[in-house]
Amino acid sequence: MSSGTNHLDRAAKVGGLLALIVIAVAFPKVYTNPSITNYGVLTLIFVTVASAWNIFSGNSGYISLGQAVFYGSGAYAMGIAARDWHLTGTTVFALLPLCAAVGAIIAVPLGLVALRVRRHTFIVVTIAFFFIFQLMAFNLSFTGGSSGLSSPFLNWPSTGYNTPFYYIALACAAGTIAIAWLIRRARFGLQLRAIRDDEDRARGLGVRAMRVKLSAFVISGAITAIAGAVWFYYINQVEPQTGFDPLFDLTIVLMAFLGGYGSIAGAVLGAIIIEPLTLWLNTQPQFSGGSLSEILLGGIFLVVVIFVPRGIIPTGGELITKLRTRGRPAVLPATTIGTPSSTGSGPAAPVSSGGGR
Amino acid sequence: MTLLRTDGVTKAYGGVHALNGATISVEEGTVAGLIGPNGSGKTTLFNVITGYERPDAGEVYFGDMTITNYAPDKVFAAGIGRTFQLTRIFPRLTVIENMLIAAQGRDKQKNLLARFGRDAWTHHRRHAMDLLEFVGIERHANLLAGSLSYGQRKLLELAYVLVADPAVLLLDEPAGGVNPTLVNHIADRIRQLNAEQGKTFLIVEHNMEFVMGLCSTITVLESGAAVASGPPEKIKTDKRVLDAYLGADLEEDPR
Repeated sequence: MSSGTNHLDRAAKVGGLLALIVIAVAFPKVYTNPSITNYGVLTLIFVTVASAWNIFSGNSGYISLGQAVFYGSGAYAMGIAARDWHLTGTTVFALLPLCAAVGAIIAVPLGLVALRVRRHTFIVVTIAFFFIFQLMAFNLSFTGGSSGLSSPFLNWPSTGYNTPFYYIALACAAGTIAIAWLIRRARFGLQLRAIRDDEDRARGLGVRAMRVKLSAFVISGAITAIAGAVWFYYINQVEPQTGFDPLFDLTIVLMAFLGGYGSIAGAVLGAIIIEPLTLWLNTQPQFSGGSLSEILLGGIFLVVVIFVPRGIIPTGGELITKLRTRGRPAVLPATTIGTPSSTGSGPAAPVSSGGGR
Repeated sequence: MTLLRTDGVTKAYGGVHALNGATISVEEGTVAGLIGPNGSGKTTLFNVITGYERPDAGEVYFGDMTITNYAPDKVFAAGIGRTFQLTRIFPRLTVIENMLIAAQGRDKQKNLLARFGRDAWTHHRRHAMDLLEFVGIERHANLLAGSLSYGQRKLLELAYVLVADPAVLLLDEPAGGVNPTLVNHIADRIRQLNAEQGKTFLIVEHNMEFVMGLCSTITVLESGAAVASGPPEKIKTDKRVLDAYLGADLEEDPR
């Protein structure tokens, strides 16, 4: 591809990114209706957690279905600390680093146990952790049992209540995307993706697999805990079954798979599609009870797995490349030492989209 | 000086003795061959040396270190690189990214910012491109490794093991399943690395022409133990070797 096209690509990407930032920042100024900004806040929280999931699972190939452990723990950490230390108002946001630390500290022993096993076994172990934590939330003395915890008092006027939360959630989402992007271009990200492709081989090339996997798991856990805390303060209440919600895990995995497993933009896109859809379905009287939205999510999951198994972003990127290279040889002329096999996924597949399966 | 040595390595899977007191040694700066019939324990011995399998008994020495039971990453860091019989590359990473995986062993950069920066890569990238050029696949640097042909994967695997500049390279069937031109190309690269950089090789291979032409000493493994060792001329005529493995084929070889 000529450098001219690359420049155009780059300009388009930078322009698109700037436009997205402007839209994201302007959103609550344009739509001041709280029921609309509510969509924005919750969607951004899910952008954060789906991106955090992607940092670990998308890069390493270890599918975690236990992210709710961190989400709930972050919520409970904020609730318990604010209750016991009698914190109210905006001071409570100073607890966010503590919530991140709680998520990170929980992730260490969990990771040390779960990351010893791979693939399906790993998934099952993370689900087991999830149920252990939900049971603990029900039964421990300091968690408030089945009635859960109420958030500390926040005397923001109800009309402008959502807007500060929107910007906090936006900062979380932007920070997480930035971290994901930094990790992807760093050696750390490369090592994670090498582990995804062939962990034993990566170890044989000097990659300290356990350390790399655990670091990603801890980063992912800390971010998810922050998101959980923000969510808790925003909706005012956490109970064991909402903080540690099995649907939470399925939802973020669906978001990542729909947008493009392993791709940064994919996780964001998936969250932006799925979360507002779920919220909207739950507000429709004819779908009341909520279970219809769950059935629909299950349906979407099946459609994604069958028709776009690699997700929107990688499949779309490939389509664009195919259209552009139509009528031109997709492969460089062969050298004397063999030629790339023209079969397979096609060498012209965009590498940057990442996370092909 | 002996650079790599195994002493009485034994490994059993259930009742099957894959290795039965295997004792081999590789002199520094030589190209050594390891041959033997299928199932004689060659790959298992490689796995034990490189930390992929734990031996039931016996020791592995590298220089003056005992590296028995070292994890694969530690073995690699100590200076032993290894390729696999069926090549193991990272199919969903690009060729150049494959090369950079192994680069961390060379990097002593502790600054966190530098690790995330682009500059940290430029040096490794240049080195990686040089090696890709050396094996002859530099034109494919930005393709996904999964789109390479089998022979090119073999070359990539050799190149990325070289990235970390190991003292010893263990190659498991480097000529297996590739065309004769490429076999010669690989043999030339091995000779060049040995002559110019003094790299030591231990090569498992069934292609006798390749082994006899390349190696200065050959060890024969049979039923998990070394039964003979010496220069190719001696191995070609060793009675036990002929019985165990080669049959009469080699004497009829036009070479």
